[in-house]
Amino acid sequence: MESLPATTLHARPVRAAPALATRDPLWARWLLTAIALVFLAFFLVLPLVAVFAQAFEKGVPYFLSAIREPDALAAIRLTLLTVAIVVPANVLFGVAAAWAIGKFRFPGKSLLTTLIDLPFAVSPVIAGLVYVLVFGAQGWLGPWLMDHNVRIIFAVPGIVLATAFVTFPFVARELIPLMQAQGTDEEYSAVTLGANGWQTFWRVTLPNIRWGLFYGVILCNARAMGEFGAVSVVSGHIRGETNTMPLHVEILYNEYNIVGAFAVASLLALLALASLVLKSVVEWRQAVLR
Amino acid sequence: MSIDAHGIRKVFGAFTALDGVDLHVPQGKLVAVLGPSGSGKTTLLRIIAGLEFPDPGSGRILFHGDDVTDIPAGRRRVGFVFQHYALFRHMSVLDNVAFGLRVRRRRNRPSRATILERAHRLLELVQLDGLAGRFPSQLSGGQRQRVALARALAVEPKVLLLDEPFGALDARVRKELRRWLRRFHDDIQLTTIFVTHDQEEALEIADEVVIMNQGRVEQVGTPQQVYDKPASPFVYQFLGNVNVLRAPALAGAVRRDGPAAGAVSDGRIFVRPHDIELTSHDAGGPGLSAIVRHIHAAGPHARLLLEQVQTREPVEVEISRSELSELGLRENDLVRMRLRQSHSFEEDYAI
Repeated sequence: MESLPATTLHARPVRAAPALATRDPLWARWLLTAIALVFLAFFLVLPLVAVFAQAFEKGVPYFLSAIREPDALAAIRLTLLTVAIVVPANVLFGVAAAWAIGKFRFPGKSLLTTLIDLPFAVSPVIAGLVYVLVFGAQGWLGPWLMDHNVRIIFAVPGIVLATAFVTFPFVARELIPLMQAQGTDEEYSAVTLGANGWQTFWRVTLPNIRWGLFYGVILCNARAMGEFGAVSVVSGHIRGETNTMPLHVEILYNEYNIVGAFAVASLLALLALASLVLKSVVEWRQAVLR
Repeated sequence: MSIDAHGIRKVFGAFTALDGVDLHVPQGKLVAVLGPSGSGKTTLLRIIAGLEFPDPGSGRILFHGDDVTDIPAGRRRVGFVFQHYALFRHMSVLDNVAFGLRVRRRRNRPSRATILERAHRLLELVQLDGLAGRFPSQLSGGQRQRVALARALAVEPKVLLLDEPFGALDARVRKELRRWLRRFHDDIQLTTIFVTHDQEEALEIADEVVIMNQGRVEQVGTPQQVYDKPASPFVYQFLGNVNVLRAPALAGAVRRDGPAAGAVSDGRIFVRPHDIELTSHDAGGPGLSAIVRHIHAAGPHARLLLEQVQTREPVEVEISRSELSELGLRENDLVRMRLRQSHSFEEDYAI
């Protein structure tokens, strides 16, 4: 500090004050970083490592056979089927709802916005129970459905419905603020230039929301694969028929088939990790584009 | 193509945006629709474009005598430029300009090569051909506005509608661009309506000015007509500075040959600051005595704030700086003022 020229000395108090205020002592910075890292290690990394360690405890062949077991394969298939139905359905709904809310004025708009948030507010178990009350054997529509030989509860349709309910808000929530911020001028422009509604949507609206939409799809997908509570209530836990991956993990675990349970769990974890990587890539792309 | 609007009404909830508006825009003219915010000017423009529709049964829009009221925007062949440009942000400048041609049905769509050629030609026309590959976010406000104009012209519109085209630009660019627009209009001769709240802009470049207030047309005329012969107190006050003086006190101050001589009716007289003549108080003669309260001499003209002795009304006067030095006025001096030109109105409008 002594070597500073005299002219800058006058400015020193002014310049140094903000720097000092934001400069914490070394030990405090180390401590905070350490706490964060230890927390992360214990609550996030350790369980993840444990999942894979347990899964491969008895070696790779055992892991493979645990996954190839028919019930496990059925669970994987059911989960993928559910995702394949639920994610496109929620994309369709989410885009439509966000389009309506973001671009138009109509009565009941705030009610719709609130309703979209409902699945976030309600416990998934309640969501499952609601479907049982409506479609179950003792429910409102149960007898009628029985007469017409339609099975919803304790069958695949129920699982799809419950998953759809729980993952309902992800796409719409992601798009509504985006579409509200973008306004309607570009759409009006397209219209005056002669584009029809379909062209306006595909060439103007959709490209403007594509990254937000992709992000919403990833989140929706991750949740649809991992949903346990709501699905557990409506599934009936029929092995090889109505067990999704999370339910199958639970059953195996309750049967003390630890390696089997963790083998399937590791698959779920892998899918989740892939989603996270994809999400980071999308976020990075968005940052680059801006 | 001429544009006509007859008896257009538009009500949004409790707010009447347009209350029976009639408008005639002759072929090939550049017409400014001028009014304060909330006067309905943008709504009128959007109705002409087909982006909004007049209240059912209220009025008609005619293009070249043909009723287009029920024809949607995409088929009216209008070029619309939005206040905030509304460029497609995910497309390059070239793709923006080509959009209108690319969305045409196959049988009306020119070939790829023709589309590109025409887009480039339009970009040349707005002097932006070097920026064809850029994205809107990489352009300045003035450049974006010109891209928006080129994009609107690509579909070969029969009328051009501009919504506050220079509203979002800074003062210098705005002046340049509006002169450019005037020359551009003289070249392409396309019937053009632009909406603005800036009276200077409207008076400078328009062939005809339509002044709107509270959903009604107040006056239509050339810039000189509306400035020199305002049809209502609103127009008088909206176009430039004006003093509103109580009439009885003015007996003798209005020159005999002035247009308002003897026509005082509602007790108020409108006079622009540069239409007041100042003479030395000692010289005598007709006129009113006033005290100089403040002199603001920075700028091309000297602005004086006077206080009329009889009524204590403040009066703003604009004189040349040489006149000021001839009179040798200082603050708190007495001065005699006469109105070269003033105006009064038959009815007392609520302003």
